[in-house]
Amino acid sequence: MTALLTSLGAFSFNALQNAGRSSMLLLEIVMQLPQMWRMRREISNQMHIVAVGSMPLIITTSIFVGAVTAVQAVYQMQAYVPMKFLGTVISKSVFIELGPVLVALVVGGRLCANYAAELGTMKVTEQIDALEMLAIDPMRHLAMPRFVATFLMMPVITVFADAIAIFSGYIVSIGTMDVTATTFKEGLLAFFEMKDLLSGLIKAFFFGAIIAMSGLFFGLNTRGGAEGVGNATMMAVVSSCVSVLVADYFLATILFQIIFGS
Amino acid sequence: MGRLHDIPLPDFSVDDPASSNGIVLQNLTKTFQGRKVLDGLDFTINRGETVVIIGRSGEGKSVLLKHIVRLLMPETGHVWVDGDEITGMGKTKLFEVRKRFGMLFQGAALFDSLTICGNVGLGLKENGGHTAEEILDRAHICLAQVGLTEVGDKLPSQLSGGMKKRAGLARAIAMQPDYILYDEPTTGLDPITSDAINDLILQLQAELNVTSIVVTHDMASAFKVADRIAMISSGKIIYAAGVDETRDTDHPMVRQFIDGSAQGPLDVF
Repeated sequence: MTALLTSLGAFSFNALQNAGRSSMLLLEIVMQLPQMWRMRREISNQMHIVAVGSMPLIITTSIFVGAVTAVQAVYQMQAYVPMKFLGTVISKSVFIELGPVLVALVVGGRLCANYAAELGTMKVTEQIDALEMLAIDPMRHLAMPRFVATFLMMPVITVFADAIAIFSGYIVSIGTMDVTATTFKEGLLAFFEMKDLLSGLIKAFFFGAIIAMSGLFFGLNTRGGAEGVGNATMMAVVSSCVSVLVADYFLATILFQIIFGS
Repeated sequence: MGRLHDIPLPDFSVDDPASSNGIVLQNLTKTFQGRKVLDGLDFTINRGETVVIIGRSGEGKSVLLKHIVRLLMPETGHVWVDGDEITGMGKTKLFEVRKRFGMLFQGAALFDSLTICGNVGLGLKENGGHTAEEILDRAHICLAQVGLTEVGDKLPSQLSGGMKKRAGLARAIAMQPDYILYDEPTTGLDPITSDAINDLILQLQAELNVTSIVVTHDMASAFKVADRIAMISSGKIIYAAGVDETRDTDHPMVRQFIDGSAQGPLDVF
């Protein structure tokens, strides 16, 4: 019992310590934001890595997300709901939840692993110390460009993913099920609300920040050698995925019960 | 643990570190995972001299070096660089102090994604005030000083260990520092390349008139480049003296270390 309480206490202490340290990291990154223009080339490089580099993954994921959403929706609706609402169900599912959350999980895994492994390797091979010795602030040079790029590009990726998923759902619906193109389009447009799309994009900004912070935090705090880099990468991906899902609940509550609820 | 309490420690007290020239370390303490690596360490380094810090692996040589430029923060104590106390200093001022330092890291720590010229010129580029042409010229001059003339466009992964160290040294001197810190400059190199690095340290000392602090456990290197040799053990500087005096010292710990003997006051494990 004592051992359980001790490990629980240690875990809680560690979690609180990490929360404090990641808040400090976020503050340091925010304080570097005035240097964005100076670092525009690096930010642009990172944006390319985030958006263009993720495109094959996004296209593949979104095609199957849209397709499976159509299949599942038809299965659940066939006995109770007219098929004219199929477009509505797919678009709302994709805009509000599936688009932003699945993009955050898939792209988040890719980016977190990238940031944590790259910065972790730089940390254990003393390259970050070398930057400091050249009077170059790693927060300005490494952390801020990655944070800004991820924060800004996640909503852009999400819009692409939404469009591809809905198009894929449309193709599957009219191609393999008893739904006409007109019926699908009418359903899609009949209950389309801008706040659905907007809520997904707001989520994407927050998810972008979470993904960047997870990768940067664990990367910059890597210790040890190859094993340390491996652990940091794993922790970054796990914490990003869990944080995205937790944040999704709170954002949904705030967006749909408080901001758009009335 | 050696019989440290039997042997008097050298006195490094400085009356007024704020008006001193050089580096003054006072009462530095640093703990890693419950183990005190630095335990009230005092030391002084004078301008223009080459100090070699020797000691067994894990005794805190590299940790000490990193405290001098605040890559690590002490739990207690102070570090003065030319009269500026750096442990409580803000980031902007600290970076100004660091511009007076160059550092050669143990594994060279070259940036993988940049060419050798890019590595050497990065400090000048990021700190502003130089055109791209000036930075490239300076990079080539520094590379020539360390005997690397044909590798500017190569990536670090294309160089041998010795060439990487030399490129790291070229990067360290690019901003014309007053101090150069060497962290195990000859570790992992063959004896001939090690001697070439030692010659390079002496050459830079003569050409640039810098203050050098070398951390090593390579005694051949220490005797060749040092003006003064200091030994760290149990978190303190337990010995400091000139090269000739060190060669003939009867200090039991230093003697054991120089002789490379498993028998003596220093614990083997």
